[in-house]
Amino acid sequence: MPTSHLIAQVLNVLAAGLLLISFAMLSRRRTQRLITLLAWQGAILFLSTCLVAHSSGLSEIYYSAALTLMLKVIALPWILHRLIYQLGAQWDSEPLVNIPATMLVGLVLVIFAFGLAQPISMLATTITRHTLGIALAVILLAFLMMITRRKAITQVIGFLAMENGLFFAATSATYGMPMVIELGIALDLLVGVFILGIFFFQIREQFDSLDLHHLESLKED
Amino acid sequence: MEILLVLGLPLLGSVLLALFGARRFAAELNAAMSLATLIVSSLLVLRVIRHGPMLVGHEQFFVDSFNVFLVGLTAFVGFTTALFSRPYMRIEEHLGRVTPGRLRLYHSMYQLFMGAMLLALLTNNMGLLWVAMEAATLSTVLLVSLYRTRASLEAAWKYFILCGVGIAQALFGTILLYFAAEQTLGREGMTALLWTHLNAVKGQLEPRVLGLAFVFLLVGYGTKVGLAPLHNWLPDAHAEGPTPVSAVLSGLLLNVALYAVIRCKVLVEGSVGRSLPGHMLMTFGLLSAVLGAFFLWRQRDIKRLFGYSSIEHMGIITFAFGLGGPVANFAALLHMTVHSLTKSSIFFTAGHASQTAGTQQMDGIRGLLGISPTIGWGLMLGSIAILGMPPFGVFASEFLILTTAMREHPWSTPFLLIALGVAFAAIFSRVQPMVFGESDAPPLPHSPALLPVFVHLAMVLTLGLYMPPALAEWYRAAARLIG
Repeated sequence: MPTSHLIAQVLNVLAAGLLLISFAMLSRRRTQRLITLLAWQGAILFLSTCLVAHSSGLSEIYYSAALTLMLKVIALPWILHRLIYQLGAQWDSEPLVNIPATMLVGLVLVIFAFGLAQPISMLATTITRHTLGIALAVILLAFLMMITRRKAITQVIGFLAMENGLFFAATSATYGMPMVIELGIALDLLVGVFILGIFFFQIREQFDSLDLHHLESLKED
Repeated sequence: MEILLVLGLPLLGSVLLALFGARRFAAELNAAMSLATLIVSSLLVLRVIRHGPMLVGHEQFFVDSFNVFLVGLTAFVGFTTALFSRPYMRIEEHLGRVTPGRLRLYHSMYQLFMGAMLLALLTNNMGLLWVAMEAATLSTVLLVSLYRTRASLEAAWKYFILCGVGIAQALFGTILLYFAAEQTLGREGMTALLWTHLNAVKGQLEPRVLGLAFVFLLVGYGTKVGLAPLHNWLPDAHAEGPTPVSAVLSGLLLNVALYAVIRCKVLVEGSVGRSLPGHMLMTFGLLSAVLGAFFLWRQRDIKRLFGYSSIEHMGIITFAFGLGGPVANFAALLHMTVHSLTKSSIFFTAGHASQTAGTQQMDGIRGLLGISPTIGWGLMLGSIAILGMPPFGVFASEFLILTTAMREHPWSTPFLLIALGVAFAAIFSRVQPMVFGESDAPPLPHSPALLPVFVHLAMVLTLGLYMPPALAEWYRAAARLIG
């Protein structure tokens, strides 16, 4: 069918966009930019979920797409924006050490992710099966971002990007988890971000900064 | 019906305490709600013993011998900890470390945490299990940072990020599991994540996918079990949070996380065979036991010390589950029970000990016997019990694990013996001067509730001396289920 072929092509392009954003996140310094990129990731997820819903004819995926739109494109970026505004951190940027090296590690991770996902993609029957490698790559790149960053907010953005990758993996491999589970995950995510919001204020109250190098006193000596 | 109550009561308690948690009677209300949960849990336990496994609520909840025993244990330790927490938190308030507002948060989150753990234990849905585990993490993050000190904030941040990343891995594992199951069970009827359905078709699930899924699930839930090298959050969270929270984290949450791993292991074994999951569990277990034991030497903080001891013991239990077979599983389940009872009672006494001394540093805690014989003896007996001295129950389970290991995997015994020996020397040499010796510290402003300590230790002692046949039969049934 030509239409399904076209949809598969568009999905691949969207997946590539997702991967590109993950790389962009690795190199961005400004917190505000990162939040925008996170929202874009959410938007791509929303589009691709809609396309999958359309091509597979499963109506419940539309709900999951709507959930993505509300949570990942609107609610979470909005909460994060408000948070950094209230913390006065909107112009914050952080020094990044050695972007080229990080990028190279990122490339290796992508290759590794594709290798790992290869046997699973072969078994899948979904229209999106070829994008599973990209989903895994997005997860690993988000992980890399969490490791290389030193600011509390950036780590949280990395965490949310990882969740985006997980969601994408679920849609690529299985057309998404059952609705109950998706709702549960979304609820956990929302509560998590709220708790972190409270947490940021506590950290800043104690340390006068959101820089995590203050949080390194507990270790074995 | 019982299940609904078991899950509903902590939730109700959480809402009530969110409303009234700052009042004087909040601690009593907390204990009362925990008692109510314990009573309905006992009814559930009786029912399962009498009528066998049950599957209710559109197959969303499943109770068998394996999880009902953990439900009983969780509700029991939850109740005794609530009893302990009543005077303990009063003293903390007296010392000015917490305000009524924070006590409200504390009480409400305590109940929510209990509810999340019970949901994780009772659900039949692997996805819901993940959601409940994440909820259990989220409800305790703010408890760990309750004192708002720099160290406690750092501990809570570490706890959140490490467990959050860990549990994200577990979600990926769950997605892979669902993917494999969907090909056999199909999307219709939403049965592809129900454990009972997965268990029925586990032989037909694609081994390559399940093998990969297990790696992610073990790393993910293993982070919450505190398996080395993913254990970094555990000693910090145990040391910096309020002591009742340390007691339930160590005594209950680690068990529940391990329960999740074992449920996954049963499924994966059916598909890829026993070798891969068994060896992975044994490796992680041994590494945690040995590493945990050696780190004990470097501790100065009493709660950190026993946090590392929990890592060591969870390692031993994980190793025993990795061995597999009826005897090792029996021993592992027994060890889960006695460790949970002993470790929570140790944290109770350690909490009061540091309150009397005014510090958690072990160098500052001296002569506990002189200040309060109950605290001193509680800590001494608890330490002897956790070190696996006969006649306590820990000895029985460790002995069973060791002999099984010698028979089936002789290479592992030296590691186990080293871990046990090092832990013994480390803990005993620290506890001895804390209990004996001279001190002039003033007595506590409220009399501590140490009844739970001695009830726990008496139970551990009983399990070591004589195990009721009904209980043994029950453990055996649970061990058979795990395979």
